[in-house]
Amino acid sequence: MFRYLVRRLLWAVVLFFAVTLVTYVIFFLVPANPARLAAGQSATPEAVALVEERLGLNDPFYVQYWGFLKRLIFDGSLGESFVDRSSVNDEIFRAAPITAALVFGSMLLVLAIALPIGILSALRPRSLLDRGAMTYVLIGISLPSFWIGLMLSYLIGFKLGLTPIAGYCEVVSVPEASSCGGIVDWTYHMILPWATLAIVQAGIYVRFIRAEVMETMNQDYVRTARAKGAPERRVMKDHILRNALLPVVTILGMDIGLLLGGAIFIETVFGLNGLGGTAIRSIGQFDLPVLQGVVIFGAVAIIIFTLIVDLLYAWIDPRIRLT
Amino acid sequence: MTPLLDVRDLRTHFTTEDGIVKAVDGVDFAVERGKTVGIVGESGCGKSVTCLTIMGLNESRSTKSSGQVLFDGEDLLAANPARLREVRGQEVAMIFQDPMTSLNPVHSIGRQLVEAVLLHNECSKKDARRRAVERLKEVGIPRAERRIDDYPHQFSGGMRQRVMIAMAMINDPELLIADEPTTALDVTTQAQILYLMRKLQKDHGTAIVMITHDLGVVAETADEVVVMYAAKVIERGSVNAIFNQPQHPYTWGLLGSLPRLDANVDRLTQIPGQPPSLLNPPRGCRFGPRCPYVMDICKEKQPDLLPVSYDPDHVQACLLDEETKIREIEKLKAAVLAEAS
Repeated sequence: MFRYLVRRLLWAVVLFFAVTLVTYVIFFLVPANPARLAAGQSATPEAVALVEERLGLNDPFYVQYWGFLKRLIFDGSLGESFVDRSSVNDEIFRAAPITAALVFGSMLLVLAIALPIGILSALRPRSLLDRGAMTYVLIGISLPSFWIGLMLSYLIGFKLGLTPIAGYCEVVSVPEASSCGGIVDWTYHMILPWATLAIVQAGIYVRFIRAEVMETMNQDYVRTARAKGAPERRVMKDHILRNALLPVVTILGMDIGLLLGGAIFIETVFGLNGLGGTAIRSIGQFDLPVLQGVVIFGAVAIIIFTLIVDLLYAWIDPRIRLT
Repeated sequence: MTPLLDVRDLRTHFTTEDGIVKAVDGVDFAVERGKTVGIVGESGCGKSVTCLTIMGLNESRSTKSSGQVLFDGEDLLAANPARLREVRGQEVAMIFQDPMTSLNPVHSIGRQLVEAVLLHNECSKKDARRRAVERLKEVGIPRAERRIDDYPHQFSGGMRQRVMIAMAMINDPELLIADEPTTALDVTTQAQILYLMRKLQKDHGTAIVMITHDLGVVAETADEVVVMYAAKVIERGSVNAIFNQPQHPYTWGLLGSLPRLDANVDRLTQIPGQPPSLLNPPRGCRFGPRCPYVMDICKEKQPDLLPVSYDPDHVQACLLDEETKIREIEKLKAAVLAEAS
C-alpha cells in the first residue's frame, strides 16, 4: 500500500510538470501581443517595447518557462497579472472558494438525487419510475446548462421571487460594504446554481449508476450471497452496491476535478465570480498569467482528485491494493 | 421412508419478449438422505434452472414455477421468502460452476464465510471465524488461519472452489446442490474436488445433487442418475442401470460420445443436431428430430416416463420396443469393448 502511494505521488509530480509545460507552450504560441494590451491602446511603440522587456516577453520561451517554474517552486507564486500587476495567487485564492462551493454543493445534490433513483431504476427496469428516470436523463443530458440556469433563474428567481436571480454572498470575511453575508444568505444565493449544475450532472449519474447496479446484480457472487440465505437488503448493500459503486467513485472524482477548473456557463449565468468568470475575463484581456493560473489550478485539482480516487479505489478494491 | 428431497412435476417457465420459455417442463426425481443424484444432459436442457428453482433463486418477476419441491416434506415452492432464506445456506446449500466469479471480489473470503455462519446462527464473530478456519482446513486450504484474510483473486480456481465448498458446508446442510462444480477446473483439480466432495459427504451425511454434463463425473459420484433432455426427464435410474442398461437413444448418444482413455477411437461419436428451442419444442418426442431410431408414432405422441419391465426403479421415456433396445444395448457394449481391445 505504501509503495503504491509513493508511486502514485511521483506520477502526480511528473504529471504536474507536464501540464505546466504544455500550457506554457500553448500560451507562448498564441498569436497575440500581451505587451500591447498591457500597455494600453494609446501607448507608443517605445512604451510597448519597454513593457515587453519588463514582462520578459522577449526571452526565448524556455527561459520564460524556467523563470515561471522558479517563481512557482521557490516563491510559490503564479506571477502577476499583465493587466493590473496584481498577484495571480490572490486572484485564484479569491475565486477558487466560490467555484469549490458551487462544485461540492452540487455534487452532494447529484449523489442525493442519482443514488436512490439509479438504484431503484435498476431494481425495477421498465417500471414507471424507471421510464420517468430515463426521460429525465435524456433531458438532463440534452439541455445545455446555461439554458437550465437561465430558466430556473427566470422562473424561480424572477417570476416566483423565491430565490435571488444571481449573485454571491460571502460566508466568512464578509466585506464591509456588502449587503449580505453569512451562511444563510450564502445558501440562499447558491440554491439555484447548485440545482442547475446538479440537474445537468445527475442525469449522467442516474444512467451510470443504473447501468452499474444492473450489471452487478447479475454477477455470480450476488447469486452466491442469495444462496447463502442473505436477505435482499444485505445483498444490495454488501454485495451489489459495494461493487457497483466502484466505477462511480472514479467518475465522481474526475468530474469534481474537472469542474473545479471552472464551471464557466453556470458561473456566468448566475454572476458568480469564480474561476470560470476569472478565466473568461483573462481571455478577453489576454492576461496570460491569470489565465495560466486558472489552468494550472484546474490541472492540479484534476491531478489531486485523480490521486484521491486512485487511493480510495485501492482502499475499497483489494484487487488493486494487493497487486 | 420419505426422501430428503422429492421434486414432483416441477415446471419453470420464463416469460421473455419472444414468448414463454419452458425451461423446466415436468421434472420428477427424489434424493435420499446421504445419497448423490446426478443430473446430466446437454447445455440448456434445464438442469441448472431445475436447481435454481429448488433454491428459489430464479428471477421472480418473469418466472412461473409450478409443481412441488418437497424438502423433508415441506413444499419449498410454496414457502414464503423468509422461510426460504432460512432454508438456503442452512439446510440446502449450493455451489456453482465458475469459482472465479462466484466469490465477491471486494470481500475477504473470511468475511464471506463468516457472513454465511452469522446469517443462520446466533454466535459471536470470533466463533464464526473459528468455524470458518476449521472448514477451510477441512477442504484442504493450507495455512487456513492466515489465508482466511486473503481475497478471492489471491486464490487459484481450484482453491476458490474449495472455498466455495467450505462456505456451502459451513452450516452442515442436509442437501448440497452442486451446479457443474468441476466444469471450469482442469482435470487433476476436478478429481481432487470430486474426492473432497465425496469425503465431506461421508463425514457429514450430506445428500448431493450433482449437475453435470460430464458422464465421467456421474459415474464417479452418483448413486442415481437423472438424464434430462429439452426440459424433461427422459431416463432415470441407478447409476448401474444407466451405464449398463441404458434405455433411451439419447442416453446411448451421451454414453457413445464419452471419451475413453482405454479405447482406441479415431473419432468420438456425436449426436447430430442441436437440442430444440424451449420456446417452441417439437411435438411428440422432443428427441425425435435427432433420434436415429425415430418412428412415426414418436412424432405424434409424447412418450411417458415408464418403468423398465425388469427393473421397476429404472424409468425411461422411449417408445422403442424392448427387443430392439436390448439389441442396441448389446451393440453399444460390444462397440465399447471392441474399442477397448
